[in-house]
Amino acid sequence: MELLSGGDILIRALKDAGVKDVWGYPGGAALHIYDALYRQDDVFHILVRHEQAAVHAADGFSRATGEVGTALVTSGPGATNAITGIATAYMDSIPMVVISGQVPLSKIGQDAFQETDMVGVSRPIVKHSFLVTRAEDIAETIAKAYYIAATGRPGPVVVDIPKDVTDPSYKVAYEWPTETKMRSYQPTDKGHRGQIKRAVKTLLGAKRPVIYTGGGIVIDNAAEHLIALARKLNFPVTNTLMGLGGYPGTDRQYLGMLGMHGTYEANTAMHHADVIFAVGARFDDRVTNDLEKFCPHATIIHIDVDPTTVSKNIEAHIPIVGTCTSVLTEMLSIAEQLTLEPDAEALADWWQQIDQWRADKGIYTESRYEPSSGTCIKPQDVIKMLYKITEGEAIITSDVGQHQMFAAQYYLFDKPRMWINSGGLGTMGFGLPAAMGCKRAFPDTDVACVTGEGSIQMCIQELSTCTQHNLPVKIINLNNAALGMVRQWQDMNYSSRYSESVYEDSLPDFVKLAEAYGHVGMKITHLDELEEKMRECFAMKDRTVFMDICVDRSEHVYPMQVPGGSMRDLWLNKTERA
Amino acid sequence: MKRIISILLENESGALSRVVGLFSQRGYNIDTLTVAPTDDDTLSRLTLTTQGDDHMAEQIVKQLHKLIDTIKVVDLTEGAHIERELMLVKLKASDNDIRAEVKSCAEIFRGTIVDVTPNTYTVQLAGDSEKLDAFIEAVREIGIMEVVRSGVSGIARGDKFLRV
Repeated sequence: MELLSGGDILIRALKDAGVKDVWGYPGGAALHIYDALYRQDDVFHILVRHEQAAVHAADGFSRATGEVGTALVTSGPGATNAITGIATAYMDSIPMVVISGQVPLSKIGQDAFQETDMVGVSRPIVKHSFLVTRAEDIAETIAKAYYIAATGRPGPVVVDIPKDVTDPSYKVAYEWPTETKMRSYQPTDKGHRGQIKRAVKTLLGAKRPVIYTGGGIVIDNAAEHLIALARKLNFPVTNTLMGLGGYPGTDRQYLGMLGMHGTYEANTAMHHADVIFAVGARFDDRVTNDLEKFCPHATIIHIDVDPTTVSKNIEAHIPIVGTCTSVLTEMLSIAEQLTLEPDAEALADWWQQIDQWRADKGIYTESRYEPSSGTCIKPQDVIKMLYKITEGEAIITSDVGQHQMFAAQYYLFDKPRMWINSGGLGTMGFGLPAAMGCKRAFPDTDVACVTGEGSIQMCIQELSTCTQHNLPVKIINLNNAALGMVRQWQDMNYSSRYSESVYEDSLPDFVKLAEAYGHVGMKITHLDELEEKMRECFAMKDRTVFMDICVDRSEHVYPMQVPGGSMRDLWLNKTERA
Repeated sequence: MKRIISILLENESGALSRVVGLFSQRGYNIDTLTVAPTDDDTLSRLTLTTQGDDHMAEQIVKQLHKLIDTIKVVDLTEGAHIERELMLVKLKASDNDIRAEVKSCAEIFRGTIVDVTPNTYTVQLAGDSEKLDAFIEAVREIGIMEVVRSGVSGIARGDKFLRV
């Protein structure tokens, strides 16, 4: 049997786990690992400029592909810099393995240079973590880490490896486990058949149903199953921010996103529904508004792979624990066996009502904001232009704030894994590194990062990574010279006292900045330039382009749920309430 | 209401901190916690008491289950069960009347005096938490120097058992 050092074992194990790319940043405690990386060609390493970006890039890769992303960092500050990225992945259930170097075993607890208790620091934001104490355990630990990250409700797994465990002078036999089994971890797959049958009967009896789906549909690759069932039943569908693309955004049965900045039609339909069929969604506070007033007439059917999510915020009348694919498949087959049909007459009335809501105040029926003109470019129109020019085929990553909501509302995603954003944690700085991860996974697909001048500056150093590793992403900067969402809340709740939400004259010249990194910079101040420049931007297939677009500074995101209200209590614009 | 939750856990480093961390992370309180390896030294058995309504208890059990190191979780309060806690109480007992009273109290509660000095008695007592509370009340006037309680250990009555 082949004898290898811990460092070599780690890299070999990554290869055997199917890892092709590792995003990372070296440092003292990880140097044996980096030396092992240098001496092989199977696993490719992408050097970022900050560990947070390594994790976001691995995360973006994972969201775009469905595979497990991998990040590698050193101990101490390397590890703590990774924390925001890990928390981001954890909140959105993204499968990922983060390997951190650690000080040697003998130094642990001695307050050694660059020592941080990584397992302790990351504990509340990981699915699981390991501290590897013997080179002999590395391969099995890596196998377990990837297995845990990818199965059940996915999530990030940290593997902390003290430096002496990867010592090149200590060699042990390498063996990749043929099977990973853990007596303490057996994720549920199939749902309870009796419950599924009850759910199907409830759905078939529904008069005002809504299918409400979340990130689970995307993560579990269940979009086709969802479409098949929704079409068969002729039910309206709404997606959460995390679920966008899980159901085609341009489909007639699609009501748009729901929740705090969801559409009038989706939120109003939810409020009046008699049956809510929640699939891979978690009744997050950004969806439900006041729990006491949530959907007062509805019977709730809830499918989720994570038992803790079911009935956590909203009591499910019919809880089903299982993967979206397996439960939806079973539902379809049961629906076909039963002789019952959906209540066509009631559904016709329901659709008539929904179409009325769409016509009255729907976000896609007619423009719900003042039109752009001259130097007043509406951020919504930039997203619409982006949609038009990329023909809805680009992977869109986003940062966090108003631009994120505009992108979610106006870029219609017809397929899953095209919308990549930090929904749960709301991490500014996510967009650019995530775009790098997506571009690396799909070099022939347009990848655009919709961002703002606030968010982009949180990881702007990654423009350098784009140069080094040839990652030609497009940055669509909706520059309103303020922290837009903060300012919107200050307008609405703090009498427009803009506490620390403006930069005065301190913003950099983004065009020059992009050029300094070797990229193309563009500044757009007039509506007339927008289309031509954006076409030019996407025509440059092999260049990273930074489009700095000056948008209307006073624009707010609407609709917006009224705090403490029900789902249908919405501001539709600055003066009109539904 | 009081909940007694039993957990079978992999006896691995970090496993206990995940259980404890979960409680603070999710805003649950731990009233008592006992933990020790079982007859199989790869397994730890924890008994944990907390307060909560049915919804909270269900969430706690589910969240504990979700931890990767957790093998089994049972809310013992859902069925018939036995609850035991060990207590050591050191009491001031220098005059003869008080020494007699302590001895009689210990007898009534079926405790044993496990250490004696000219000025102190240390009483060992096992039972459910209410019994231990009652003993403390009974000897409070005498002068308690120190109380050490082990926290609750629990086991289901009858044929039910928690094992891999």
